[in-house]
Amino acid sequence: MLPDKKGRFMGFGGKFVPETLMVALEELEREYKKALKDAKFRQELNDLLKAYAGRPTPLYFARNLSKKTGVKIYLKREDLLHTGAHKINNTLGQVLLAVRMGKSRVIAETGAGQHGVATATAAAVFGLPCDVYMGVEDIERQALNVFKMKLLGAKVIPVYSGSKTLKDATNEAIRDWVTNVRTTHYVLGSVVGPHPYPVMVRDFQAIIGKETKRQILKYEERLPDYMVACVGGGSNSIGFFHALFKTKVKFIGVEAGGLGLSSGKHGAALCKGKPGVLHGSKSYLLQDKDGQIKVAHSISAGLDYPGVGPEHSYYKDIGRAKYVSVNDKEALEGFKILCEEEGIIPALEPSHAIYYAVKKLSPKAGKNKIIAICLSGRGDKDIDIIKQHRL
Amino acid sequence: MNRIDKKFKELKKRRKKAFVAFIMAGDPSIAITKKLVFELERQGADIIELGVAFSDPLADGPAIQRSSERALKKKVNLDVVCRLVKEIRQKTQIPIAFLTYYNLLYHYGLERFAEKAKSSGVDGVIVPDLPPEESGELRRIAKKKGFSLIHLLAPTSSRQRIKMIANTSTGFIYYVSLTGTTGVRKELPKELSSSLRLIKRLTKKPVCVGFGISTPQQVKAVSRLTDGVIVGSAIIKMIEKNIGKQRLVENVGKFVRRLTCML
Repeated sequence: MLPDKKGRFMGFGGKFVPETLMVALEELEREYKKALKDAKFRQELNDLLKAYAGRPTPLYFARNLSKKTGVKIYLKREDLLHTGAHKINNTLGQVLLAVRMGKSRVIAETGAGQHGVATATAAAVFGLPCDVYMGVEDIERQALNVFKMKLLGAKVIPVYSGSKTLKDATNEAIRDWVTNVRTTHYVLGSVVGPHPYPVMVRDFQAIIGKETKRQILKYEERLPDYMVACVGGGSNSIGFFHALFKTKVKFIGVEAGGLGLSSGKHGAALCKGKPGVLHGSKSYLLQDKDGQIKVAHSISAGLDYPGVGPEHSYYKDIGRAKYVSVNDKEALEGFKILCEEEGIIPALEPSHAIYYAVKKLSPKAGKNKIIAICLSGRGDKDIDIIKQHRL
Repeated sequence: MNRIDKKFKELKKRRKKAFVAFIMAGDPSIAITKKLVFELERQGADIIELGVAFSDPLADGPAIQRSSERALKKKVNLDVVCRLVKEIRQKTQIPIAFLTYYNLLYHYGLERFAEKAKSSGVDGVIVPDLPPEESGELRRIAKKKGFSLIHLLAPTSSRQRIKMIANTSTGFIYYVSLTGTTGVRKELPKELSSSLRLIKRLTKKPVCVGFGISTPQQVKAVSRLTDGVIVGSAIIKMIEKNIGKQRLVENVGKFVRRLTCML
């Protein structure tokens, strides 16, 4: 089973962090493993996921899209969860773990603000103070989530350095953690970062795929032919794929094509990047000829990140998943399609996956093939951006 | 034995403590960095820690982040900084260690980096995001070339980790005085002396202390407990204050003299 003892997925992953954090990572790994074996911890988390977050989420047969495309399209409705996205699966797990470890404060980084809101929410449930780092560019384009975090009692700390987006918010969160490591747990929001974060976040998100598997078997008495999800850091997609790793289901990860792969302004680390080290792990990474990290670009703040989780890099290299990209314009089209055809307003992140599944995959998939899409979040947060684009 | 090892041997004989000065290559320009190295040596620095700027310096506080940004605007990279050291070597044999982040080395190629750096006259490298668990390959290459790979120890390091890091670090051991990023602090942590006593009991290798040290009093106090002190952000701030001024090099030199004369 991967990752290995050092937290590596073949050549990817690892712990590339300042020495100050090494003991904290060792402690986190130890406590996480213990918690997993503790029936009480699992029970408490399951109760929260069910009664508080709203699991299990439905697997919805998208009747109109299916009729139009000739394939069977199912949507895993993570958008119906409390706080509006899959992020809550992970933050409830991590904050519960933080309490168990006796930490008195939590911090988080956020891009679109969904992870920030989900962390602030979990922190409110457990009465912990919560500071969320967010790039000033994202604070502007995701104003609604900033307001929500404040309502939930969290402090949003603006980050002015570098690209002023998720990458730099993550740098600042790590700097805070290095400083306050004895009292603070860092609630990382994706399957990135140093070991054990990629495996721990994956495990907390794996419930998406476990439910999907059970539900599709009930409806169709077989597994889907394709599973499609968007990939920024990669937590909804890994969570969606993981339980079906050993099956024949074809996985497709959709990255942010931004203004187009040839423009250099995109977030497609797997399609266009090279292996490198950022934020504590080795993975595919957008970088220049000297190894400086490039600024990513995407219309969706949640995919606006130059790196990707190490397990995706592993999936790519062994050919387990195919990674493609969908640009900003196409994502907006995907957004519109779902609004009009199914009466669901999706977030811009999964709009990338919708566009790919409906426009690119379904025409060549063949009749009656089953495509499951992870609808990782709802679109309320993106309404202002949509307005600007006059859809 | 490379220049770093020789320097510590010589200092030990003279019962002196090392002053390690950090500056960022290319901040504010490569030409001034060159002059600064000579000036720092003249004002009593024993070792130069030369930063090679990275876009995401996550162990650094605001002063060195700004310095990195200024250097990156001057288009520094490993080749440029190696060439700079080669030129510096025509005039001085002061030990020089790079400080940079792992992605730059990994991207350049570890073997190629070590070869290039060593042949340019660089004596070692400090990589704040490369703990011993991940440094095996670079360690093997560095050892082969007689190139120092200086590891860091932190206040949170367990006894077991102190032993492991003392074992793997070459050149010296970089003790991070506090939990946090680089930058000037009013006070240093109280447990600094007990931590250093423990480390000195567990290793015979030279230990230098950095992070947060900026005043003559702090230099004096810390030097009593250890083999050397590292000053970075305070020098960087002095450079920043003097950018555009004719007397930048001289003013930075004066500031450093006030620190080195405490040793």
